[in-house]
Amino acid sequence: MLGKLDWSAIPFDQPIPLIAGAVVLVGILAVLAWVVVKGHLPYLWHEWITSVDHKRIGVMYILLASVMLLRGGSDAIMMRIQQAVAYQSQGYLPPEHYNQIFSAHGTIMIFFVAMPFVIGLMNLIVPLQLGVRDVAFPTLNSVGFWLTATGALLVNLSLVIGEFARTGWLAFPPLSELSYSPGVGVDYYAWSLQISGVGTLVAGINLVTTVLKLRTKGMNYLRMPMFCWTTLASNLLIVAAFPILTATLAMLLLDRYLGFHFFTNEAGGNVMMFMNLIWAWGHPEVYILVLPAFGIFSEVVSTFSGKALFGYRSMVLATMAICVISFMVWLHHFFTMGAGPDVNAIFGIASMIIAIPTGVKIYNWLFTMYGGRIRFETPMLWSIGFMVTFIIGGLTGVLVAVPPADFILHNSMFLVAHFHNVIIGGVLFGAFAGFEYWFPKAFGFRLNDRWGKLAFWFTFLGFYVTFIPLYVAGMLGMTRRMQHYDVAAWRPWMLVAAVGMAVLTIGVICQIMQLVVSIRNREALRDHTGDPWDGRSLEWATSSPPPVFNFAFNPDVRGEDAYWDLKAHAKQQSLQHDAPEYHDIEMPRNSPTGFVCAFFATVMGFALIWHIWWMVILGGIGAFATFVVFAWRDHDEYVIPAEEVAAIDRVNLEERRSLVSMAGTV
Amino acid sequence: MNLLDPQGPVAAANSTILVDSVFIMLAIVVPTIFAILAFAFWFRASNPKAKFQPDFVYSGRVEMVVWAIPALTVILLGGVAWIGSHQLDPAAPVPGTGSPVRIQAVSLDWKWLFIYPDQRIATVNTLTVPAGAELNFQLTSSSVMNTFFIPQLGSMIYTMNGMVTKLNLRADNEGKLQGLSAHFSGDGFPDMMFDVNVISPLAFPDWVATTAKSDAVLNEDSYKKLMQQGVEKGRPTYRLDDPRLFDLIATQHIPPGPGPELASEAGRSQSGGHDAR
Amino acid sequence: MSMTATAGRAHADPHHIGLVIEHPGPAPKRIVTAYGFWVFLLSDIVMFSCFFAAYAVLADQTAGGPKGSEIFEQRNVAIETVCLLLSSFTCGMASIAADVRNRLWFYLGMAVTCLLGLIFLVIEFREFADLVARGYGPSRSAFLTAFFSLVGCHGLHVSAGILWLLTMMAQVFAKGFRADVLRRMMCFALFWHALDIVWVGVFSVVYLLGSGV
Ligand code: HEM
Ligand SMILES: [Cu+2]
Ligand SMILES: [Cu+2]
Repeated sequence: MLGKLDWSAIPFDQPIPLIAGAVVLVGILAVLAWVVVKGHLPYLWHEWITSVDHKRIGVMYILLASVMLLRGGSDAIMMRIQQAVAYQSQGYLPPEHYNQIFSAHGTIMIFFVAMPFVIGLMNLIVPLQLGVRDVAFPTLNSVGFWLTATGALLVNLSLVIGEFARTGWLAFPPLSELSYSPGVGVDYYAWSLQISGVGTLVAGINLVTTVLKLRTKGMNYLRMPMFCWTTLASNLLIVAAFPILTATLAMLLLDRYLGFHFFTNEAGGNVMMFMNLIWAWGHPEVYILVLPAFGIFSEVVSTFSGKALFGYRSMVLATMAICVISFMVWLHHFFTMGAGPDVNAIFGIASMIIAIPTGVKIYNWLFTMYGGRIRFETPMLWSIGFMVTFIIGGLTGVLVAVPPADFILHNSMFLVAHFHNVIIGGVLFGAFAGFEYWFPKAFGFRLNDRWGKLAFWFTFLGFYVTFIPLYVAGMLGMTRRMQHYDVAAWRPWMLVAAVGMAVLTIGVICQIMQLVVSIRNREALRDHTGDPWDGRSLEWATSSPPPVFNFAFNPDVRGEDAYWDLKAHAKQQSLQHDAPEYHDIEMPRNSPTGFVCAFFATVMGFALIWHIWWMVILGGIGAFATFVVFAWRDHDEYVIPAEEVAAIDRVNLEERRSLVSMAGTV
Repeated sequence: MNLLDPQGPVAAANSTILVDSVFIMLAIVVPTIFAILAFAFWFRASNPKAKFQPDFVYSGRVEMVVWAIPALTVILLGGVAWIGSHQLDPAAPVPGTGSPVRIQAVSLDWKWLFIYPDQRIATVNTLTVPAGAELNFQLTSSSVMNTFFIPQLGSMIYTMNGMVTKLNLRADNEGKLQGLSAHFSGDGFPDMMFDVNVISPLAFPDWVATTAKSDAVLNEDSYKKLMQQGVEKGRPTYRLDDPRLFDLIATQHIPPGPGPELASEAGRSQSGGHDAR
Repeated sequence: MSMTATAGRAHADPHHIGLVIEHPGPAPKRIVTAYGFWVFLLSDIVMFSCFFAAYAVLADQTAGGPKGSEIFEQRNVAIETVCLLLSSFTCGMASIAADVRNRLWFYLGMAVTCLLGLIFLVIEFREFADLVARGYGPSRSAFLTAFFSLVGCHGLHVSAGILWLLTMMAQVFAKGFRADVLRRMMCFALFWHALDIVWVGVFSVVYLLGSGV
């Protein structure tokens, strides 16, 4: 009846995950209870859960990412403590637990923190920057978000029901095959990624189409803000790369569920094929993450330097070059498999070539600052911190792209330091910069900058104290994923890294404090102008938070300077006529399709993991029925009457007016 | 296990390339970081002396330089990578004194088996080699992937079931080194560290002779016992029955090692090796 | 307030982008939908490419089991191919009928498409069942794994297509040729044609090349 599921699936003998799970559960129940008691449920349902507004969905993505960051962060703390104490001893985490933790940490951080964070920011901002009212496929957008959330839910469910994979975040076979990983861990891993992968693909298609087909009048390609360009590049990569992940995981699942032989040791399976496939997705994936971050930095650096982005065309070229080349370097992840010198050298050099456009970007940000009037607001601090940190990560990246150097650095702590250097220093710093920068746009009030700056400094410092020691440990021969070790020389570095982790934790706490303090003081921090930073692109041309329809008039972009003039112009345009003639606006109706569909996906995923076949069928039918119901509805849009548009718009007009006259005189 | 303290020519070359590459890159990275900090500081809004040039957003000359700097660096490093990849190909010979020693390494769950087919002996978790001689490794895995790595001797290489990879190394100085697996392979993975005894070429035959007297015999049966999941705390040595044992493993005539016994019916699999902790 | 702020600036073209054609603004919904679906189809083709690649890698790994030439039946494959190609044609007919809002021809076209698709699926299913019965199931060898997956993946797509087709028919029945229904019909037609193209790949790579050896 319940497949493989029975009481022994719940780890009564392992207090840590059980308590963690219980705490989370109580937390969720408490929030739910509060929502119900306070009568917020209808609000939540109508305004958020069923919302197809790209801004709301963006915010929910970011919320998901933030919550998962805490989960992934707790894993990180546990691992750092384990490696600090597990010298000549077993530490406090047995291998079967430690191995789950690093696997979950990697999976969560990449798929449920970094991805939703950048996708959330893109969702939130790109339509605004393009001057349009919505994304190409609003309901699908909601489906994409909820499927991502489903994946995250399943990963966390594995804490209390069953186990998570103990194979690392890429689940290499044959270790991940049924014979070596008979538990449900790998199934949790694979099904969560399959489900959230569909969500990501949907988001990718949606954003590609949005950028290519929905730009306001006059928004030529070469007038798009840099963030739109990097969004385009990143989502093109999603569309081209995520199907590879889907196919690869499908093959692994077929091996595990139906006895196929894609990657098994037996019957002619080929593990090296897995390596090739997974990295053919995996390398583009790192650029899927970092390209949007590059876009954020471009916006932030130019805004806070008070200048347009230097070398805009170079930047566009560099972005697209990275997009293309990133598909041609995957083999650098297994130089040590004995592929032969020519192959290794070619892929090594190809990998280095990516560093060229990346370097160009750094220099262009540098020259954007040159001759500027730099304001060190929090987003700018993150950006400068990023530039310094990312260069170091780039250096070590190019270093491991030199095959003979990689022969001694592969899979070492040095490598761990490298990718954290680029992912934390690049993606996470970028996400934080974007968060600080666009928060006022999303919510209508600024974030407290004292706590923001504290958060930056602690995170920045903590990063170095945590990861420089890992570089050193790598140079001392330490490999990654060690549950315990006996080598005395490694010990001190693990201790320092643990201290660094504590500093990083303080950084995260500051971040939370910043949010709390800012929400408390939101009236004082209110942004009336819609343009708190003196920004340069169209998202600042509407109020904060923007109305559902974003712009009462779709801006008409005419200036060649893609940013500044354009904004000034768009604002003037909306202010030009004293009594502008408002029109009715049609907006997509909200729909529970995404949420309901994700509910069935959760049921189905869970049932698949536990081999509960009748439930799989039920979930499948439910998901299909959801779409049919959606397809059957008669009205997919509602009309906001001109009077209402006028009323909403007039409220902001006055406040914006003063600002525009200022902008015109710069 | 310091990578910068190499004990053989391969490791020495690896670390030279590593250090050289770092310095080549530092030559542009350090000035760039310095420039970032300097520009950010000088052009701060509160500095009245800094000239505000909002129109400085394009300069063909700067663009040229900006593309040229990383490009030149990469050309230089690309040369290093090309030459290095060929010279340090793991399968390339590493000439040494005396006759080369053939060693067949098998990664098991979770220990290393070293077979000396010519000497007809085998050891677990210790690798004893003569200083100065070329070491010809052939490697495979009994089950999952691992990576064979002796940091101070250089270049690591994967071991995979049903496949043979090749690696040539040389140890120049007598002494004790350590090796490990550099690819995660399951619960007993951290216990896959092994000792490397580099002894004098004169002592090597003696060691071989002593080991050959071992009571334990390695043949298909004892190998199959050895490949059960578990951690090996001791350092057993064996007489080798059949010098083709490695081929039997690599060609899968001996089937791949079993995984964990299914201790629990529900989704939580217990760690296979009872002594994995 | 006029536009002087823009026009009067010295750096009207600071990035040296030169003259450009003005972008006309957001595309109409029909275009957007078709475009997005195209992008999806591209991604689907990437997924198929992975299975093709796996097939290429594993084709020789018969592990003592049968080779392709020993199990493929040209006659069945020929019928399958004809069915699919014909169904593409009838699907095109149905699209045209939808565009001119002719219900009868629409139902007819769709029904024939459905029938041809079902015939295809039945033949494929029988081929699979027969192989499994002879002990040549997908777990027999890596070659058979790759074969079943590639062909099966296409088969699954066809099944999904038929489900979609029936839903489309029901929807036209219930709602008529509404704009959104027509957009979906357009996507369905794209999907069905794409499956045809993939089948041509499967046919050539698996059956033609495979039976030659
Ligand atoms: C400057 C350009 C970069 C180069 C040349 C580079 C090079 C490399 C190489 C060669 C490896 C494999 C090393 C090994 O496994 O032995 C690697 C690993 C990795 N890199 Fe980078 N990298 C660069 C930038 C980035 C960026 C921007 C990110 C992420 C945003 C990133 C994330 C990663 C990750 C996650 C891994 C490790 C994957 C794993 O084995 O688990 N890298 N990098
Ligand atoms: Cu890579
Ligand atoms: Cu191999």
